[in-house]
Amino acid sequence: MTRLYGARGWAALGVLAAILFVVFPALSLGVPAGSPFHLSQYWVTLIGKIMCYAVVAIAMDLVWGYSGILSLGHGLFFALGGYALGMYLMRQIGRQGQYQSELPDFMVFLDWKELPWHWWNTDQFWWAALLAVLVPGLLAFAFGYFAFRSRVKGVYFSIITQALTFAAMLLFFRNNTGFGGNNGFTDFKRILGYGITEPETRMALFAATGAVLIGTLLVARWIVTSRFGRVLEAIRDAETRVAFCGYNTLHYKLFVFTLSAVICGIAGALYVPQVGIINPGEMSPANSIEIAIWVAVGGRGTLVGAIAGAGLVNFAKSLFTVWFPEYWLYFLGLLFILVTLFLPRGIVGLARGTRTGAA
Amino acid sequence: MSAAIHADGASSGVVSGRHLVAGELDVSHGVVLYLEDIAVSFDGFKALNGLSLSIDSGELRCIIGPNGAGKTTLMDVVTGRTRPDAGSCYFGQTIDLMKMSEADIAHAGIGRKFQKPTIFENHTAFENLELALKADKRVRSTLFARLGSAERDRIAQTLERIRLAGQADRQAGLLSHGQKQWLEIGMLLVQEPKLLLLDEPVAGMSDEETERTAELFLGLAGSHSLVVVEHDMAFIESIARKVTVLHEGSVLAEGPLAQVQADPRVIEVYLGR
Repeated sequence: MTRLYGARGWAALGVLAAILFVVFPALSLGVPAGSPFHLSQYWVTLIGKIMCYAVVAIAMDLVWGYSGILSLGHGLFFALGGYALGMYLMRQIGRQGQYQSELPDFMVFLDWKELPWHWWNTDQFWWAALLAVLVPGLLAFAFGYFAFRSRVKGVYFSIITQALTFAAMLLFFRNNTGFGGNNGFTDFKRILGYGITEPETRMALFAATGAVLIGTLLVARWIVTSRFGRVLEAIRDAETRVAFCGYNTLHYKLFVFTLSAVICGIAGALYVPQVGIINPGEMSPANSIEIAIWVAVGGRGTLVGAIAGAGLVNFAKSLFTVWFPEYWLYFLGLLFILVTLFLPRGIVGLARGTRTGAA
Repeated sequence: MSAAIHADGASSGVVSGRHLVAGELDVSHGVVLYLEDIAVSFDGFKALNGLSLSIDSGELRCIIGPNGAGKTTLMDVVTGRTRPDAGSCYFGQTIDLMKMSEADIAHAGIGRKFQKPTIFENHTAFENLELALKADKRVRSTLFARLGSAERDRIAQTLERIRLAGQADRQAGLLSHGQKQWLEIGMLLVQEPKLLLLDEPVAGMSDEETERTAELFLGLAGSHSLVVVEHDMAFIESIARKVTVLHEGSVLAEGPLAQVQADPRVIEVYLGR
């Protein structure tokens, strides 16, 4: 255990856990709504959403920061996890939809008489949860196998991952694909039988996301501090040498890429019940690029930086989209350029730099 | 410098390498590397052209030749980086290198040092050796790997041998050029290869470092087979027993250095008309 973090690291994690699992639930559920200390649903949802993004950022840091594989298709894995759980949420609506049918509304609208085959068993939570992990994982495994075996690297890999997520977006836009077309899934009513808008359900989802965030951080930290992690960094810096040392780099890259996709799938599955909607827009190429920006802003190859970057950029985004919505993308682009030029090691690099500079 | 590694026969019981191909290295006929009629062309340029070469077990062979003679391509073929268009390439009697990946070839016991020192610049010198260390290199074992005391000793010993004992925790990218060359040689040594391919190992080294490298290589020969590509004739003179001259992708001359240097064809290739 001491290998993962020093005493201060564990203390910081303990504080974070206390805030997420004790302070926030108390402020949200225990403090009456009129009190200035009350944590409103808006904040619970916003922080929960950003924690999902932070989990994605950690997954991205594993493949990009540590292994040098710049995937610009991670938004796809996130969206697939979201769609998988979304199917279950659609089934949970039951007959409470607009058309009071067993079928989801959009199917009634399309005049479908029965569920398509890929909706099989999606009324079972465990099955949807399994799909949220398996679908992104299998896709990443198959895609990664062919890409890495053909030694597709660098910017070429980035471009084909962009193409992959774009192709998937077009596929999901089609009504006939059976995922609600451009509207996607929304108007969820229940999860596991509990009302999805109830404060208690919200807080449970929030806490589950917090647990997944901390768990993901610890697993990722365990990986990067193992010899496996050192091999990943070696692949990033000198892949040929790694191969000549006797490592099959295909297996290493495939493992970390698949694991990363699975983590994104879990994050997506937690995201959808909290924000209440999933549509093909989540697969837009720009979304995946944004994930890379979070990691770049926070600092590649640091894990903590990925969380900080995801948090900072998304808080800024939520403010910007209220104040000057039309300028957000300009700001994001500017931020990326400035960070690349002046903070190649991100916020964490800056913090560490000044600390060593002062010492 | 004492040879820390025993002759093949003495240590064969201890070595428990995982061979991905059936059969251990078989050098019973005295040949460790055998290339026949190798041809490689890049866009019509014949980098290797009917090259045949055999290296005896325990031999230290120097390969020289003008630029573009095919020296580096030869190493690329042996290590699986380049697939030849024709010919055959055997490691010992039984291991067909043409069918194997780079990683499998490294496992079978061929180590390679690149022309430009290729080390892991963001890792410490110690970690560089840890990663190169002969071990089970599959994903799962690497995830759970822990350094045993025997492995630590082995790394410490090698650091001593490549004169980097004081730099163990230094980031490898910060080492001097000569030290990087040594670190890469150290990475080869901890892999425990049977055959070492060394592409310009003393480039950028000081005279003293070059001298030490010569001593190291002479100490390794016998228990290991070495193929050294170099331009530095003084260095070759200090280690060479047998020299092969490559020219335009095939062997021009072979033999003791003095004999090769006196060969009129070699003189012509090097000096031109």
